[in-house]
Amino acid sequence: MKLKAPETVFSTAGFCPGCGHGLASRLIGEVTEELGIQEKTLAVVDVACCSFDIDYWRYDTIMSAHGRDIPTAVGVKHIRPENPVFAYLGDGAAYSIGMAETIHAALRNDNICVFVVNNSVFGMTGGQMAPTTLPHQKTATSPLGKDPARYGTLNVVDVLGKMDIAYLARGELVGAAGMNNCKKLIRKAFEKQLAGEGFSLVELLSPCPTNLNMPPVKARAHVHNEMTKFFPTGEFIDKGGKV
Amino acid sequence: MSKVKLNTARCKGCGYCVEDCPKKALSFSGNINDKGYDTVQVDDSLCIGCGTCYRVCPDCVFEILE
Repeated sequence: MKLKAPETVFSTAGFCPGCGHGLASRLIGEVTEELGIQEKTLAVVDVACCSFDIDYWRYDTIMSAHGRDIPTAVGVKHIRPENPVFAYLGDGAAYSIGMAETIHAALRNDNICVFVVNNSVFGMTGGQMAPTTLPHQKTATSPLGKDPARYGTLNVVDVLGKMDIAYLARGELVGAAGMNNCKKLIRKAFEKQLAGEGFSLVELLSPCPTNLNMPPVKARAHVHNEMTKFFPTGEFIDKGGKV
Repeated sequence: MSKVKLNTARCKGCGYCVEDCPKKALSFSGNINDKGYDTVQVDDSLCIGCGTCYRVCPDCVFEILE
């Protein structure tokens, strides 16, 4: 079986060693190539670590203001309804700074794909505590560990789980099996958009070795063993099909 | 014949492929690339071309040839 990096991914990424963004970007490239939409896909990336992608892939890409990727992508989709549009952002942008935008796009059921790379911290600014930080996890702004009595942990399925959207799923960017599963979820999100079914959000659990202060292999094991307890993987909303 | 082609200039030495290779055909070579990372090498006698390394690599180092 021949396997080659997709044409859309061409330069060397600026990500840290072991970062899940490289994996997520490659999967999106593979899926758009397999669906034959790589030349007309339009991307909106966020300001944080996702911004490295603006030099990493060949899509026409807009870098929006921080957390405002989803409304920017909705605007792009209104102007170019024939082009597939996706927003690619981190958990800080989607669930903290841009939570209002995420919820209202889901309420309107706008016909776009949203890919959220959840690494449980604010990555680029230095590993500060995020809404998705796990209880008792040590970060730059919670050196004694996140206090679960004071701060909750946000699970997007609790927020969007009852809404009338096309697709909501979560995968982990860990190991070959996890990658195959994530690719399936990303492919389904694009298929939903091409069929005009509406808003789809795929969350990808990613290791962040730099800000978890772990070697890459250990950070990946942390995602697989600890993060999936709070963020179970699977499909949660699949309109028109069984969940 | 080699089943996998490596572009070690892209490698960042994260070690995902070394851990996940089912045949233990991959190892760190000790060769430092231009960016200063220890790169991986493949033992062609052990490699079966399964594609696990391609799937887990965040930096598109691998190309499976057959």
